[in-house]
Parts: sequence; C-alpha cells; structure tokens
Amino acid sequence: MKIKVLYLASLREQLGKSGEDLEISPATSTVAALRTVLMARGGAWQTALAQGKALRVAVNQEMAQPTTPVKPGDEIAFFPPVTGG
Amino acid sequence: MAVRIQTKDFDAGAEIAALRRGNPKIGAVASFIGVCRDANDGTAVTTMTLEHYPGMTEKALEKIVAEAKARWDLMEVLVVHRVGELKPTDQIVLVVVTGAHRGEAFAACEFIMDYLKTRAPFWKKEETPQGARWVEARSSDDEAAERWNPPKAAVA
Repeated sequence: MKIKVLYLASLREQLGKSGEDLEISPATSTVAALRTVLMARGGAWQTALAQGKALRVAVNQEMAQPTTPVKPGDEIAFFPPVTGG
Repeated sequence: MAVRIQTKDFDAGAEIAALRRGNPKIGAVASFIGVCRDANDGTAVTTMTLEHYPGMTEKALEKIVAEAKARWDLMEVLVVHRVGELKPTDQIVLVVVTGAHRGEAFAACEFIMDYLKTRAPFWKKEETPQGARWVEARSSDDEAAERWNPPKAAVA
C-alpha cells in the first residue's frame, strides 16, 4: 500500500530527509510496525528511530500511538516531543 | 478565527479589543504572552527559529480550544502563535480567553498554554555562540499538562 511519511524538526536533520512516498507491505499495519521497517534501513535510521528515543507520531495529523493502524493513503509524521509556546 | 499561525508580530491590545468588541456579557479577559528570552539552560541565545507541522498545528490548537470551552464556561478564545525566525524580546505566542468571570478565564488560559506546550506540533531551534541546537522538551511541561487530567478513580 502507498503511504506518505514525514520527518520533522531534529528528526529531519538526523535522517537528511523531510519525507517520502512509500510503498509498504499490508503487513506493516501499525505505527510500531512502520517504525521497525524504517529502522531496518540501518545507519541514521536505526539510531534516530531506536526504541529508547522519545518520538511522537501523528497519523493523518492526529497524535497516534504505536498501535494506531496504518492504512493506504495515510500521512504519517514522525517527530520529536514538541517545544512550542 | 480562534487560532492563527503567522510569521508577523501581534498586537495584544488590538487583538483583545477585537475579541471584546460589542460583547457586553464579557466580564473577564485573561491573557498570556510568551516571549523569546536571551538565554536558555545557561547559554546565550541569539536567534530562535520556530518550525511547525502545517495542517496539524491548526487542528491541534483548535482541539485544545474546544476542550477548554468544554471544561469552562467561556466566551471568546484566541490563540496566535508565531513561526519562523525570532530574536530575544520578540513575542512568540498569545492566548486570550474571555468569560463572564475571572475564575474560568484564568484557568482556561493556563490550561490552553499547558496543553499547547505538550500537544501542538511546534519545535524551537536556538542559535547560540556554540552553534545551533534543538530545544529539548521539558518533563516539567508534561507535569504541568498532566495536572489538568481528571483525578483517577479511587482504587477500591
């Protein structure tokens, strides 16, 4: 299935990429599964997305959890904890 | 429009006047302005750049305002947040809450800021004499937001 993935703020700098259109297996059906797929790229991906890292994820611009489903056409954004205000 | 993201500065007095205009039911106006400091964690800050997630930011702020309106009896609410490059003494964020009485206006204004700090997708990057660095989220901000959660049910 096709999805759009965004990397924001410090994560974008660590990964050297602001986003990408991805074709993923239907088995990659949750946010946690997608994170694992991206980590498997190794290098900066392995480090920046490692389980211990404080990361937030939004699915279709709503805050999501590791168990949140990923569906065709979704926009999934990975980013560090927010620091506005 | 209750929520605005903009690069340009804001005039709190003009915003409050516009919010109150023609509404004789308003008895209280509480406001908060967040300002860019010249130092953070003991290091000088020369410039701060604010980034956000266009689309999600507006939705997240509107949701926070809606939650405040559900919790307290409010009239008008305004949130203005700047993005882009800011210098020390520049204004960053404005929250204005109006209501019939001060209690709900004060509480809702603080609630909106606490939730904005932990739920709205903004990120700050600081330029310091040692180079650029992303601001780390503070656990004290999480704790400030947590205290608005309804008390946990007593364990039997």
